[in-house]
Order: sequence, then C-alpha cells, then structure tokens
Amino acid sequence: MRITKLISSAVLALSLTASVTYAGSHATTLTIATVNNGDMIRMQGLTDDFTAKTGHKVEWVTLEENVLRQRVTTDITTKGGAFDIMTIGMYETPIWGANGWLVPLDDLSADYNVGDLLPAMAGGLSHEGTLYAAPFYGESSMVMYRTDLMKKAGLEMPDAPSWNFIAKAARAMTDRDNDINGICLRGKAGWGEGGAFITAMSNSFGARWFDEDWNAQFDTREWSDTLNFFVNMMSDAGPAGYATNGFNENLSLFQQGKCGMWIDATVAASFVTNPNDSTVADSVGFALAPDNGMGVRSNWLWAWALAIPAGTQKEGAAKEFIEWATSNSYIELVAANEGWANVPPGARTSLYENANYKDIPFAKMTLESILSADPLNSTVDPSPYVGIQFAAIPEFAGIATDVSQEFSAAYAGQQSIDEALAKAQAITNDAMEAAGYR
Amino acid sequence: MMAPAVILLLGWMLAPLTTTLYFSFKKYLPLRGGDLGWVGFDNYVRFVTSSSFWPSVYTTLIIVGFVLAITVIFGVLLALLLDQPMWGQGIVRILVIAPFFVMPTVSGLVWKNMFMDPINGILAHLWRFFGLQPLEWLSQFSMGSIILIVSWQWLPFATLILLTAIQSLDREQLEAAEMDGANNTKRFGYIILPHLSRAITIVILIQTIFLLSIFAEIFVTTAGAFGTKTLTYLIFQRVLESQNIGLGSAGGVYAIILANIVAIFLMRIVGKSLDAKES
Amino acid sequence: MARSVKNQQKMVNTVIAWTIGLLIFFPVLWTVLTSFKTEGQAINDPPLFLFFDWTLENYAIVQERSDYMKFLWNSIFIAGGSTLLGILIAVPAAWSMAFVPTKRTKDILLWMLSTKMLPAVGVLYPIYIGCIKLGLLDSRLALVIILMLINLPIIVWMLYTYFREIPRDILEASRMDGASLWKEIIYVLTPMAIPGIASTILLNLILAWNESFWTLNLTAAKAGTLTAFIASYSSPEGLFFAKLSAASTMAIAPILILGWFSQKQLVRGLTFGAVK
Repeated sequence: MRITKLISSAVLALSLTASVTYAGSHATTLTIATVNNGDMIRMQGLTDDFTAKTGHKVEWVTLEENVLRQRVTTDITTKGGAFDIMTIGMYETPIWGANGWLVPLDDLSADYNVGDLLPAMAGGLSHEGTLYAAPFYGESSMVMYRTDLMKKAGLEMPDAPSWNFIAKAARAMTDRDNDINGICLRGKAGWGEGGAFITAMSNSFGARWFDEDWNAQFDTREWSDTLNFFVNMMSDAGPAGYATNGFNENLSLFQQGKCGMWIDATVAASFVTNPNDSTVADSVGFALAPDNGMGVRSNWLWAWALAIPAGTQKEGAAKEFIEWATSNSYIELVAANEGWANVPPGARTSLYENANYKDIPFAKMTLESILSADPLNSTVDPSPYVGIQFAAIPEFAGIATDVSQEFSAAYAGQQSIDEALAKAQAITNDAMEAAGYR
Repeated sequence: MMAPAVILLLGWMLAPLTTTLYFSFKKYLPLRGGDLGWVGFDNYVRFVTSSSFWPSVYTTLIIVGFVLAITVIFGVLLALLLDQPMWGQGIVRILVIAPFFVMPTVSGLVWKNMFMDPINGILAHLWRFFGLQPLEWLSQFSMGSIILIVSWQWLPFATLILLTAIQSLDREQLEAAEMDGANNTKRFGYIILPHLSRAITIVILIQTIFLLSIFAEIFVTTAGAFGTKTLTYLIFQRVLESQNIGLGSAGGVYAIILANIVAIFLMRIVGKSLDAKES
Repeated sequence: MARSVKNQQKMVNTVIAWTIGLLIFFPVLWTVLTSFKTEGQAINDPPLFLFFDWTLENYAIVQERSDYMKFLWNSIFIAGGSTLLGILIAVPAAWSMAFVPTKRTKDILLWMLSTKMLPAVGVLYPIYIGCIKLGLLDSRLALVIILMLINLPIIVWMLYTYFREIPRDILEASRMDGASLWKEIIYVLTPMAIPGIASTILLNLILAWNESFWTLNLTAAKAGTLTAFIASYSSPEGLFFAKLSAASTMAIAPILILGWFSQKQLVRGLTFGAVK
C-alpha cells in the first residue's frame, strides 16, 4: 500500500517537474480560430515567420464566417478553452470584454505602439477604455465603381455622392443585354450580410433601430423610405437574384465586370484592383459611401480582431502572436511578399503615412471612409446604442438575423415591404421585451 | 443481454432530455451572465407565439412530405427500371447511388453555387440557352430548391431499398401473371406494388427520422430566409444566434413533441408491418 | 424475332437508364470536373465541359492551406471507431431482441428509433459543457462516442431485422450441442448474419462520415474531420468554385469509392427486414 503511494507520488512529482520544464522551455502550440478571408489565409501562410521568431507553433482552425461565429461563441460562453486566440469582430469584442471573458490587452510592449492603432478601431474594440482585441484589419464601406462605364454613361462620380446620384448612375449604367448591372448590393439574409448594409444605409435616411426607450422603429417613414429606395433601385439596376447576394457573391460579380457600382467593405478595394483576380482591375474608382444630405453617411465601421479568451494557459504566447500579427513589421512582411496593395488595411495610422502606401489608389478613400464613421453618433435622431451597422447589445445578432430574413424575403418579392417592416417591428419588440429592455 | 445498448440509449435520451427540460423553464442567456432564474412557462409561451413558429412547423412538414413523396415515387420507378435487363447495369447503379455518399454540406454548397446561382450556375446557363430568363432558385423557388436538393440526396437510398425488394420478387409469379394475360399496369398494381409496400414503409420511416432534422442543406443555401426556416433551424437560431438557451430549449421540447406525433403515426404503420411479418 | 424484340427493349432500357443515371450523377461529376479548372474557367460562359486546360493547382492550394491527411485520418478514425463500437454494443442487444423477445421488445425498439428525432442543437450546450468537464473537447473519443450513440438505434434495428431472418432451428441445434451463448453468437449467428452486419457497417460509416453538426461544433485543431475541412472552403472571398470543388472532391472521394466497391454488400443487406 505504502509502496503504491510512494510510487504514485513519485510519478506525480515527476510529471509535475516535466510539466514545469515544459512550460519553462517556452515553446507552446497555439490554437487559433479564424475566418477564411483572404487576409487571414495570407497570415496563415506566413506563420513560419512567427514560429522562427518565437519558437511557438500555431495550429489554425479556419472556418467560414457563420460557422466561426457560432463556434467561438459557444466556446467563450461555456469557457471551453478550445482556442487560445479567437478572431472576432467589433460587435462581439465590447460585449465579451464587458463580461470579463477576454484578456485585457493593456500591457502590450512598447515596440508594438498601441497609440498607432487608428482611434476608431481601438475605440470600437475596447470596453470602458480597455482594449480587448487587437485589430488585424479594419474597414469602412465605400463606393467602388467602374470608371469606364461611368464615362460611357456620361456621368462623373463626385467624391461624396448622394443616394439620388447613385440611383441615377446605376440606372444609366445598366445594360442588361451585355450583362452589366448598374449596382450590386448585399441582399443576403444575416445580420453581418444584408442586415449590415441596410442598417448602415438606413442611417443616412434618418432611420434608427431603436428610439431612446428601446422601442423598435421599423414603423417609421424613414425605414419605409430606405427599403423602398433600395428595392426600386435594385429591381431597376441590380443583378438577378440579389436577395441571395452577400459580400462574396458581389465581389465575384464585380471582378467579372458585371457591376457598374458596388458599395461595400473598403477591404474589397484591393481585391477588385488585383489584376490576378479581377478582369476590371485597371478601371475602378472610389468614392465615399452615399448620403442623403442629412449629415450621416451610409458607411459602416468594422474590424476583424484577435482576442485571447480569459483563462487560457498560454496567455504569454498568445500575446506574442497578437503583437506579431497586428504589428507594423507584419505589414512590412506582407508588403515584401505580396506587395503593398495586399497588406491588411485600416488598422494603423502609420500605414496611411507610409510613402509606399500613399500610391495605392484606394488608400486615401479608405482612410477617409474610416475617419468619417462614428459609432457613437451613427443615427440622425439620437439612439441608445453604440455601433453603426449593428447595435452593440447581445440580443442584436439574433434579432437582426430574423429581421434581415424578412427583408430578404421582401427583396425576392415573396412579401411586400410593408409586410416585412411590420414583421420586423413585431420580432424586434418581442425580443427586446423578452430581454427585459421594454 | 439487451442491457448495455438499452442503458446507453436510455442515458442518451434521458440526460439531454432532462437538461433540455431543465433549461426550458429557465431564463438562460449566456451573453447576459448565464442562468437568470426560473421563469415557469414563459419560454414555451414565447416560442409558440412567435410569428416564426407555425410557419416553421408548416415548412418542416412540407419539406418532409414532398421529399418523401418524390423519393418514393421516383424510387419505385427507378428501381423498376434498374431491374430490367440492360447493358452496363452495374455502372448505372453506381451512378445512381452516388448522391447518397455526398456530405449534406457539400451537396448544399455545390447546388447553391454551381447549379442554382442565377448568374454563373449551370441551370442559369441552361435556361439562357433556351432563351429563357434564368430562375432565381434559392430566393423565388426557395422551398422547391431545398426539396430538390434533399430529394437528390435521398433518392438513392429509397431506390436501393426498393430495388432489393423488387429483386426478391418471385419471378415465377410474375411470369404466371403474364401468361394469364395480365398487362404491365395490372402486374404492377396487383403483384409488384403490394410486394413493395413493406419496403416503402421502411423507406418512409427511416427517411422521416433524418428529414425531420435536416439542417446543413438549409444552413449553407438560404440560411433560413425565404420561408425555408424549419423547426430545427428556428431552434438553431434561438440557441446559437440569439443565444437564448431557455427559449431554444422550449423549442427543442416542441420539436420532440412534433417528432413524437409523427413517430407515433409512423410507428403504427411500421408496427403493423412488423406484426404482419410474424403472422 | 423474339430475340430482336428483346434486344430492342434492352436497348431502350439502356438508353433511358443511362440518361437518368448520368443526370443524377451529374452534380458529382461536375464538381470533379470543376476541381480541375482554374477559377476563371470554372465560371466561364458558356460552361466548359471537357475541353479546358486541366490543372491540379486547386489541389495544390488546398493541400498547402490545410493538412488534408489530418482531417482524413480524423474522419476515418471517428467514422470507423463509432461504427465498430456501435456494432459491439448492438449485436448482443439485437440478438436478444430477435431470439428472446419479450412483450415489450417491439416497444423498446420503436422507442430507440424515436430517440433519433431529438434535434441536436437543443442539447449542444449541455453536451459541450459535459465535454469540457470530462476534458474531451476537441477529442476524437468524444465524437466516437457521440456519433455511436446517435446511430445506435439504426444499427440495433437493422441488425434485429437481419437476425430475425435466421432460422431458429439452427440455433436450437447448436444449443443442443452445448454451445454457450457467446459461442452461439460468435460461431453460429455471426457468420450467418455477415451480409447484414456488413451492410449495417457500411450504412453507419456513411452516416458517420457525413455527420456535420457535432463534428463541427465539438472540434478545434485536433479532432476536426472533413466536414471542418469543407467549412474552411465554403464562401471565402473572391472566386472559389474551383477550390471548393477540389476540397469537396477530396472530402467525398474516400467514402464514394468505398461505397462503389462495396455496393453489392450494401444493396444485399439494405433490406431492413422488408424482404421476405
């Protein structure tokens, strides 16, 4: 009996020593969940540089955006610990940070230079002044248009167009016989897809999701104006089946030369001007997202950021990774490998002061779009929420997915706009009541 | 001897069922701090009064019903055809059963992107070839598209079972019937179809079990929009997108009730069928 | 005369059957063809069937980005493991149901089947938390057990229907010879039920291979199966039809080939007791 005890304690001691040595040896393997966007796939390809510098290995879990969201949310709410670093967005970060689920990034090294992060990005990824996720890339939205088609239509795109101009240009550029649609926009259901677009658009029409008492506002004229304007323009000048088009579908259409204009994420600029993928690379112009003269433009603000779940055993290594992936030297690494046009944009001020980056055609408009987006004052009338294309409350994702499904059904002609708005109003108020807001 | 399997299944069914019941009476919001106390039947009332509930039940039943009808009817026809003498029978059979091996996610993605895409999809090219306006499959014919995709996946299964059943048919009986001057229709109606009835019941039972919970095909194609939100999908949205475990669990209980209503109905038929065999 | 009519009939049958067969197979064929095109050719208008520059670049890109062998091995391990475990548990249960039936046997059997209708997402959180507590998150073992439990009702039921086809006289004869229960199962029953067991295994392998809810939601870097592999190629940015096709082909090829080679066994056993 005693001998067994002795042996078992010896084994225990041995294994303890072993694990201490292991931790001491400093090299760990990080498990990182990320979304399958082009910039992240590029980062995956450059992992060797990180391993060479730090000795840490990285195992990637690359998933499609919707799958990633459900996967990381399940893991963080249950404190599952399946990932050491998660790729999350501007919507999740403040909510998770407030719940104490993320490791605060308040002790990053001096080399990293936190002050260089664009204030809009750092602000959106913080909760009460503490940074909880580091921006890998940031984006706003803007108009991307075909300069050749615009000329052909006899129009000239101003730097800051209005919705009326966009609609006029879209109709003028449309040439159905040659498979050219004047404008391609997101209609796909999902809060991060068509939901994000229409919400940002509605801001410029003076609409808002909630009034100050958290009452849904879909019964207002502003929302009805937004949807009617959108649907009319899209049925005259949009591609067939736009109700199922999201970012990726529109990107592909634009690259094939089938869209005159496309209003979407600023990061798309580098894809549509890349001659390897895009047939229209040399004839793309950029402009700010349109407005309606009400003081608010229809551009959003978003960042894909890296965060560390609280409770991970590998906090030190995880921070090293985040510093590597969101640093200036990573940007230079990408620039050296793939050219400046392909570096992750929208995260750091210094990038836009970099002489090498100034020549990139979309750099200026991207920065201006980001700077003109204000999550704290996103609506014409005051609103109780923070966020432009979303409201940063935990209930929003669920509600907005339901609402955007109703909108998509209206885009597809399965129900009228009034029906869709009435349902959206009921869904939202019902859910807000359940959550205890009203 | 039965014990291990039965105990495991009992555990499998009871443990999750109990937790589902438990959560369904709670206000449980992971993003708002988790367990916020008991709420009685609130979740049940809220789930069933939501404007999405009845449409989702209806959608579920429509999808299950149509897929069953399509796979059984075409399954019988296909099985009859494959039973005929022909050249390359083995290869044809291989071609026909292929869809059954394709993952639901893959078949959803392939159909959505490469076939039903209104601009680059094969079907759009086909329509344009005939001078027609391409269909917007997943938005305007959303239910038809989902039913088409799911039927494509399950047709091989139905065909295989029905083919096995046909092959076990007594050839002499058929030949005798032919001698007696029974035409094809009569032979089908009086000999083949009755012989197939048990196989058809089995096909319906097994497929219903799987069809009631189809998810991946909807997730990757319409994401629940355009009236394709089934009860399973609605529960998914409540649990994972709204992060409302209590509400989702109440939905889960309704789903179990629906499944059991369908099950009792089916079990009756199959039970009879099993009895019939003993006699 | 009769012969030529027969041949004519055979010809007609052949044409119809091949047409339908190719039609049903076409989506799979198209996916495979697309996987050998460049992204540009994949969306060419008009679509390109056979005359394009065949390329392997998509397979190279996919392999470079994700370690196919790891996902493949996980799929094999999990599908195979859950099937084997399921068979081990199900054979005795099905045996006793078939040969020592009680009044409630049929009820238990039908009730087992009804457990398959529980919606998986409803129990995601309890099971996820359970896996965390047991340290089984992102482990192949957890998926082996869960997929086994999910498919167990089908296995038990299929085996039950096969065992019932076995004449009781044989069993009684072996019992007379003094064979123990286990010997009876191993030496008498199992050999007779081989076709049935084989097709049960095959069907279960297919179901486990294609399961996409639990394999996605309970895994991270270690235990991800081919369904997780696919999830990293669905709807990325930019053109993706060709890469998606290559990934899809890689994900379905193993099970498709297995299915084709074993289709005779599968068909022979896939009766669910429906054949007298």
